[in-house]
Amino acid sequence: MEKIKTSHGTQILGTLLILIFAIWIIPIAFADQQVSGTNKIPGMKPYKLTVQKDKHWTTTDHSKIKSLKQDFKSGDQITRACLSCHTDASMQFKKTIHWTWKTPSGKKGVTNGKAGHAINNFCISSNAMEDTGCLGCHVGWKGTEGEVNCLACHGKEKFDYEEAFEDLRAFKGDDDPDTLEIINEIQAEVKNAVQNITMPQRQNCGECHFKGGGGDGVKHGDLDTSLAKPGKNLDVHMAVQGANFSCTRCHTTVKHNIAGRLYTRPATMERTSLIEDDMATKITCESCHGNLPHKTNSKINDHLNKVACQTCHIPEFARVNPTKMWWDWARAGDLKNGKPYQIKGKFGKPTYKSIKGEFRWEKNVKPEYFWYNGTFSNKGIKDTIDPSTIVQVSHPIGDKNDPDSRIHPFKIHRGKQPYDKINKQLVAPLLSGPKGFWSSFDMNDAITRGNKTLDVPYSGEFDYIQTTYAFPITHMVAPKENALDCNQCHIRESSRLADLTGIYLPGRDKSNFIDSLGMIAVLGALVGVILHGFGRFFTRNGKED
Amino acid sequence: MIITLMITGFEIHGTFKLMGFQTAVDIHNFVGLSWLVLFAFFVFWLLTTGEWKQYIPTTKKLFAVIFYYAFGIFKGHKHPVQKSKGAKHNPLQRLTYLGICAILLPLQMTTGLFYYLYNYIPASISLSNLAIAHTLPAFFLVNFLIIHVYMTTTGHSLFSHVAGMILGWEEIYETTHIQEWENKATKND
Repeated sequence: MEKIKTSHGTQILGTLLILIFAIWIIPIAFADQQVSGTNKIPGMKPYKLTVQKDKHWTTTDHSKIKSLKQDFKSGDQITRACLSCHTDASMQFKKTIHWTWKTPSGKKGVTNGKAGHAINNFCISSNAMEDTGCLGCHVGWKGTEGEVNCLACHGKEKFDYEEAFEDLRAFKGDDDPDTLEIINEIQAEVKNAVQNITMPQRQNCGECHFKGGGGDGVKHGDLDTSLAKPGKNLDVHMAVQGANFSCTRCHTTVKHNIAGRLYTRPATMERTSLIEDDMATKITCESCHGNLPHKTNSKINDHLNKVACQTCHIPEFARVNPTKMWWDWARAGDLKNGKPYQIKGKFGKPTYKSIKGEFRWEKNVKPEYFWYNGTFSNKGIKDTIDPSTIVQVSHPIGDKNDPDSRIHPFKIHRGKQPYDKINKQLVAPLLSGPKGFWSSFDMNDAITRGNKTLDVPYSGEFDYIQTTYAFPITHMVAPKENALDCNQCHIRESSRLADLTGIYLPGRDKSNFIDSLGMIAVLGALVGVILHGFGRFFTRNGKED
Repeated sequence: MIITLMITGFEIHGTFKLMGFQTAVDIHNFVGLSWLVLFAFFVFWLLTTGEWKQYIPTTKKLFAVIFYYAFGIFKGHKHPVQKSKGAKHNPLQRLTYLGICAILLPLQMTTGLFYYLYNYIPASISLSNLAIAHTLPAFFLVNFLIIHVYMTTTGHSLFSHVAGMILGWEEIYETTHIQEWENKATKND
C-alpha cells in the first residue's frame, strides 16, 4: 500500500514538474521564435547594429591635429595637410570615376562617362571636361588641375573656401588693424571648417547628385534636394524619423571607389546578403531584406524572380520636388532684343530658357517599366544612329527570357538634341565659356568646337532629333502601405505593364478564342434553360387544368 | 466553395471587378487549397462506401431521360427513372457527374495547383497555356452550374429537389426499388 502511494506521489510530482517545465519553456520557445523571426532577414542584425545610433566613432579629433591649425591660403594647401596623415587618399581618389569621369565601354576606342564619349540629352556632353560649366561638380579645387578637394565630401560645414581665399588675397599686405582683424576672423572660419570633418553626409553627395543636369531634380527623378532631410513617406530608408540612412549606408566604399553605379554591371550577379558579406561591393534590396521578403504572402514572393522590388515599392518618383521630363534643344537660341530670356511655368521651374531650349517638368511621375539586367546600352558620340527613329541614347538591357532580368521602373527623359546629318552621329556642342553656345547662340559653331574637344569629325550640317534617356528608379522607396496595388498591373485596361508584351499576366491577358468559346457555352446554357423554363411554363408541364 | 472559386477566379481572370485582385487571389488560393483537401475526403468516401458505383455510366435509358427533358416534361410525362437508395442518379446524371468529377474537377485541381506552384515546377509549361487550361474548364463548370441549378426546378414542385441538392438527402417514394438494369450497371464492375 505504502509503496503504491509513494509511486502515486511520484507520478503526481512528475506530472507537476513537467507542467511547470512546460509553462516555463513555452514563453522561451516563443521568444526564441520571435528572435529568429527578425533574423529571417539575413542582414537585419548588422543593420540594427548600424542604425541604432551614429556609430561613426573615431580615434581622431581633427581639431587637435597640428597641421590643421595653420593659416590656409589655398585649397591645395588644405589637401596637403590632409595628406600629411592620409597619405594615399589623393592617389586612391584620382583613380576613381569621381575624379576621371571616365569608364571603359567595352568598345574599342570608346570611353564612357561624362568626360568620355558618352552623350546624354541634358547638357549633352562635358566635352572632355573642357566645358567649364560642368566642372563645378568636379571634386578638385581648380577643376581638373591640382589637388582633390577632400572637403567636398568630408567637410561637415558648407563653406565657400574660394570666396574666403579670394578675400584673403585681396587683403594681403594690408596692415590696418581693422583689416588684420577681418583676416584673423576669416582664417578662424576657414580653420573651423577644415577641422569639422565627417563621413560623407547626404548633403555632401547631394551637392552634385541631387542637382545633376544643372539644377535640383533635373536628371534622376528619384534624387533631388528633398532627400537631404526626407520624411518617411518619401523614403523609408533615408527618412530622418526612420532608418536615417546616409548615402554610404548602401553605397559602400573600397579605396574611395563608391559602389552602386548602375552602368554596366548586372545587379543580380551580387545577390548576397550583408550577413554573407558585409563588405559586398554593391548593396541591393536583398542584401538586407533577403530573397523572401514578404512574410505573410508567399504569392508576392513568387514575383521576385521577374519583378524588381523597386517596381512595386516606388509607385511614383519626384514625389516632393518636380523633375525634368522633356528638354527640346531645337527651340534654344531665341532672343528678346538680342538678349537671352527665360519663362517660368508651374512649380516655379523654367519652361523656356534661351540658352537651353524648352523644358517640361512633372511631379508624382509614374515610372515606365522595362526588362533590366542591371546594364544599359548607350549611344555615344562615336556611334551611328538611325535618324528615322527616336534614338535611345541610354536604355536598359534585359529580356523576358533572361533569368537575370527583372521588370524595373525607369524615368525616361525625352527631348530633342542636335545630330550630324551627314555622319549620322550625335554631336557634343560646347556650351559654356566665351565661345560656347550660351554666349554665341550659334549651334553650328558650338558643335564644331565641342566635337573638336573629343576628336570627333563634324560634317558641318546638323539637325535636331528626338531622343530618350533612361534612369533606373531606386531611391524614394515608399512605406509598405503605399506599395503598388495588384490592380495597377493585373488589370485588363491601362495596366502599368501594358507595354511589356509576350508574357502572360493574369488579369491583364486572356485568350480571345477561349474566352469567346467559354462565353458562348455559358450564355448558351442560360438561354437554353430560359427557353426550357418558358416551355414548361406555357405547357404547364403538360398538366391539364 | 465552387461558386466562391468561380467568382474570385473570374475576377482574377479580369472578367469583372468586385473585391480587388489581391483579395480575389487570396480567397481563391485559400479556398482552392481547402477544396483539394475536401476532394481528397470525397474520393476517400466514394471508395470506402462503394458510392462510386453510382457514377458508373450507362447508356440504358439515357436517351429516354434526354427525351423526357426535351419533350416529355412539357407533356406531363413521368420521369422515366425514379430515384432510389441504391441509385440516386439517373443515367444522364451519372454521365454528367462522372464527367465533372472525373475529368473537369481533377483538371481544374491539377492546373490550379500547377498555377499556384508555378515558380516551383519545371518551366516546360508556359503560364499562358496553363492559364488557358485553367480557364476553359472554368467556363464549362459555370455552364454546368447554370443547368444544374435549373434542373432543380423540374421536380414535382418547384423546390422539391433543392433540399436534396443541398443536404444530399431526399425523400424518395418508398415504393421505389432499384431497377434490374440499374443493378446491372452497378454490378458491372
